[in-house]
Amino acid sequence: MSLTRKSLFYRIDAAVLLLYIILVAIGITAVFSVEHRTTDTSLIMMNKSYMKQLIWFGYSLGLGFIILLTDSKFFSSIAFLAYTIGIAILIFTIFGGVDVKGSRSWLGVGSFRFQPGEVAKIFTAMALARFLALPETNFKTLKDRLIAVAIALVPAVLIIAQKETGLALVYFCFFLVMYREGLPNTILILGFSVVALVLTTLLVERKTLFVLLTVFAVMIGLLMRHALRRRMTPRLLLVGGWLFCIIFSQVAVPFVFKHVLQKHQIERIYSTIGKEVPDEYDKTLIAGEEVKKTNSSEYNVLQSKIAIGSGGFWGKGFLNGTSTKNQFVPEQNTDFIFCAIGEQFGFVGSALLVILYVSLMLRIVFIGERQRSAFTRIYAYCVASILFFHFAINISMTIGLAPVIGITLPFLSYGGSSLLSFSILIFILLRLDSDRQHLIR
Amino acid sequence: MPVAANPRQYIISFIFIGIAAIIVLRLFFLQNFEAKYKILANDIAIYKKVVYPPRGVIFDRKGKVMLSNTAIYDLMVTPSNVPKTFDTTQFCEMLDIPRSTYIAILTRAVVRNSSVRQSPFMEQLSPAQTARFQENAYMFPGFELVERNIREYHSKAAGIVLGYIGEVSQDMLKKPRYLSYRQGDYTGLSGLELQYEEALRGQRGVHYLERDKFNRPRDPYRGGVLDSQEISGRQLDLYLDAELQEYAERLMANKIGSVVAIDPQTGGVLCMVSSPSYDPNLLRGRERAKNYAKLYRQATRPLFNRGIQATYQPGSTIKPMTGLVALATGVISPSFGLGCRGSYGLCRRSIACEHKDAGHAANFRLALAHSCNSYFCHIFRMTIDYRNYKSVREGLQVWSDYYKNFAIGRQTGVDLPFEGRGLLPDSAYYSDRYKFSWNSCTVVFVGMGQGELALTPLQMANSMCIIANKGYYYTPHFVKAIGKNENDSALRKYKEKHNVLNISDSTFSVVQRAMQDVVESGTAMGARIEGVEVCAKTGTAENKAIVNGEVIKMQNHSMFVAFAPRQNPRIAIAVAIENAGFGATWAAPIASLVMEKYLKDSVTVKRKEVEDKMLNANLINEYVYTIDSAIRLHDLMVYNARVEKKRYADSTRRANAEVMLARWMEGKLKKARTIK
Repeated sequence: MSLTRKSLFYRIDAAVLLLYIILVAIGITAVFSVEHRTTDTSLIMMNKSYMKQLIWFGYSLGLGFIILLTDSKFFSSIAFLAYTIGIAILIFTIFGGVDVKGSRSWLGVGSFRFQPGEVAKIFTAMALARFLALPETNFKTLKDRLIAVAIALVPAVLIIAQKETGLALVYFCFFLVMYREGLPNTILILGFSVVALVLTTLLVERKTLFVLLTVFAVMIGLLMRHALRRRMTPRLLLVGGWLFCIIFSQVAVPFVFKHVLQKHQIERIYSTIGKEVPDEYDKTLIAGEEVKKTNSSEYNVLQSKIAIGSGGFWGKGFLNGTSTKNQFVPEQNTDFIFCAIGEQFGFVGSALLVILYVSLMLRIVFIGERQRSAFTRIYAYCVASILFFHFAINISMTIGLAPVIGITLPFLSYGGSSLLSFSILIFILLRLDSDRQHLIR
Repeated sequence: MPVAANPRQYIISFIFIGIAAIIVLRLFFLQNFEAKYKILANDIAIYKKVVYPPRGVIFDRKGKVMLSNTAIYDLMVTPSNVPKTFDTTQFCEMLDIPRSTYIAILTRAVVRNSSVRQSPFMEQLSPAQTARFQENAYMFPGFELVERNIREYHSKAAGIVLGYIGEVSQDMLKKPRYLSYRQGDYTGLSGLELQYEEALRGQRGVHYLERDKFNRPRDPYRGGVLDSQEISGRQLDLYLDAELQEYAERLMANKIGSVVAIDPQTGGVLCMVSSPSYDPNLLRGRERAKNYAKLYRQATRPLFNRGIQATYQPGSTIKPMTGLVALATGVISPSFGLGCRGSYGLCRRSIACEHKDAGHAANFRLALAHSCNSYFCHIFRMTIDYRNYKSVREGLQVWSDYYKNFAIGRQTGVDLPFEGRGLLPDSAYYSDRYKFSWNSCTVVFVGMGQGELALTPLQMANSMCIIANKGYYYTPHFVKAIGKNENDSALRKYKEKHNVLNISDSTFSVVQRAMQDVVESGTAMGARIEGVEVCAKTGTAENKAIVNGEVIKMQNHSMFVAFAPRQNPRIAIAVAIENAGFGATWAAPIASLVMEKYLKDSVTVKRKEVEDKMLNANLINEYVYTIDSAIRLHDLMVYNARVEKKRYADSTRRANAEVMLARWMEGKLKKARTIK
């Protein structure tokens, strides 16, 4: 078989590579459209971000080429080692990181800076894939499940320690992978229920919620009264569920808001659901400082919505984005790059971009499912999940569906670490996929 | 391991697609149904820049520029663009300012206007500073020269006529006339600048620019398709002769008074001097308010346009008109004579006449040439007591109507704002004043230009135009053409010929001849111009000032009216010099020099002596200042008294209130005690 094998470059999945290049190209164009001025004499200006991004793209392609030339067994064999090194770097960053806007998530050498949290995703994906693909792992046992969860969440905890909560949230995407690998359905349902409970807790006033939950529980009890009469478990479940909800909404959430979350995080969460921060959670009042309430994240979301909303159906046209071009949208080259698309290319452009992303993710899922090797399959799911989380949360936060947490839009956002780490993810996948006839453990 | 067709891959794919669908749905509504974002985006990102066109330029009759615009340079700074390595020492040396000033200005700019926005660093750079900066501009990033237009007066003359501009005030903005103005706009505040504001102002342009977060304007919005272009202000061509104006102002230096010269054939004002004059360049730019206050406080009131606002009793200069009316109504014939012996005694009190010799008032011409008071008082009485009229009231009304027809006692309609009316008594006026018990003797002084009659110099000059033209005049005006168009609608009223009440040509001829005699053999021989038939009348007007409620008789005003030549008159002039003495001594030579300058373009060498005398004479009396300060002192005392009175009243009221309160409290206490 190996004799009839086509050359490596013919075995690479063209669809993924094409989508990858298209998305990066869109990203560079978007950064260009934001930065270009009519007064610019030349397109090639090295101090502009789009040129830097172009150079990063060059590096990415070079690194991708090297990855493609590497033996595919290499990745599974170094997975744990890489993960260990990654954890070490993350721990080091907590102490030796550069302070950027209050978070210590960057490592700096001279003018070069990178965010280990971005790169750690790769190692975590590899380590998780490696662990779940081990023949001795039985994902049905609680022990192995806990180990898998630990692999996914240890980096997250370290990143939270670096005060970069947004990036840490991404690591929860690995639950999607674990779900695919056999985590019970109930966990998924439970997860959604908890999210729903959190939202209602924030949206509905506490006493009203207490009444609502109780009424809800009583109604379920009435509906299931026959089952309740006969057996003990449903009874316990109902009372336990009710108690959990009450404790969660009445005690846990207020506690977390008062003592765990930071001021800007509370503001972001409330700005997302479109409400004012209640006085009891208002840290400025608690601290007794006479600081005027400035809700900067609300401003950011408003500016972002203005930019996207003003794009209309067809958009304002290339280079005509008045909001993005003139720096009204904050962080518009990085976290809010989607605004540039939304403003200049309107609904048509935005929807097309969403379709491109979904195509890429579905293609990766498809690639995962066609593997004989469990490592590659799990790794592919990791890549798809990471992309999905970044994509969904980033776009949602620009249009006010999710709180503003600083995570990038894959391939589009300006920034070396982000582009490089996503490129590595994709190229490792391409390399592994090209050897799908082999069984890699 | 489950390899074959795991159903969970579909669930995961479904989650991907589902979330993407929610995002697309949200985008759909956000981008298609929420119009407010479009409005908000335009609001924040589009900057409306108003571009002011240059104001219209004003030219004199010979095409010489009198008032134009000049570019001045303000040095602007954007503090955030000033690099850390900035060479402050060199910069300060270049502008010749100390380092501390540099730091102070920069700090203030950052505090007031943030460091990313442009703020003024130094306004109105001197030419030397501008040149030095332009040479070295590349060395000073963050600094920029910004051009700005201000008005430039090309000579010190005619300031009172041209007027000045200034920012519109809050009060003005409330008026309908200033609806199209905005705060910070400039508008004419006096003179021609005010009168022709609409033409001079032009139309401002609006340019739409994109701006960024820091409000810095960037590129034109949508390539500038929405912009409206600014339209420059229209130029004004004046009848005014800049050279003549300057000459007349020099002659009037150190005198208080006015010279007004009109071209009788067009009504165009050739010069209008209000002395003392001021340098109009003082009233522009940043220094305007300060200098205005300074000029306003001066005792000689340079901001008061004596040409149209001051009213003088005309004295003998009114006698041609008195005669004209008497002749026109047929009360007298030119040969009517009066045997004056130095006084006029028919009205119980005696009115003095300068001349005592018999026959100086043997006929109209002689009487006017010698300016016989008796004669003109008498013919004035005869006019209003004429038997054709039922009473003196009707007679005076006829006389008054004639004068009104000559544009006396009302605004002439000259194209300058704030024109004075003068004073012309009519029957109603006297009936009101004397409770109907008056006769021609009561008002006899009006015949010789004293009493209740008062004219502005412009009215005097205009009445000369009527005599010169033999019966008509054009409303005096300054502007010949607006934007090179002589038939502009704003000028239509000045094209209209005003014919005075039916007075025959021969009547005018008689008056003209008589006025010519004034120059050739009468009181105004000093006004003769070689080779020109000058018709004139001198005047020496008695006047009184009211200082702090006391009437004080002051030195006479020196008055003079004239026109020349007699045939095809080209200039009519009125000169008034306050408290200078005889009309023949001061006003007459000045008027004649101005006329000669205009008619012959230069003054003959023979008259240099007179010219020098006029140029160097200082006729401002010391008591002008004394009176002024006395008036000011009086005003201050009145003001202080009022303030004191108010304070007293206030304190009394307070004291009363306190007493009332104390009483009330006492009552309460008593009650409390009794309860105990």
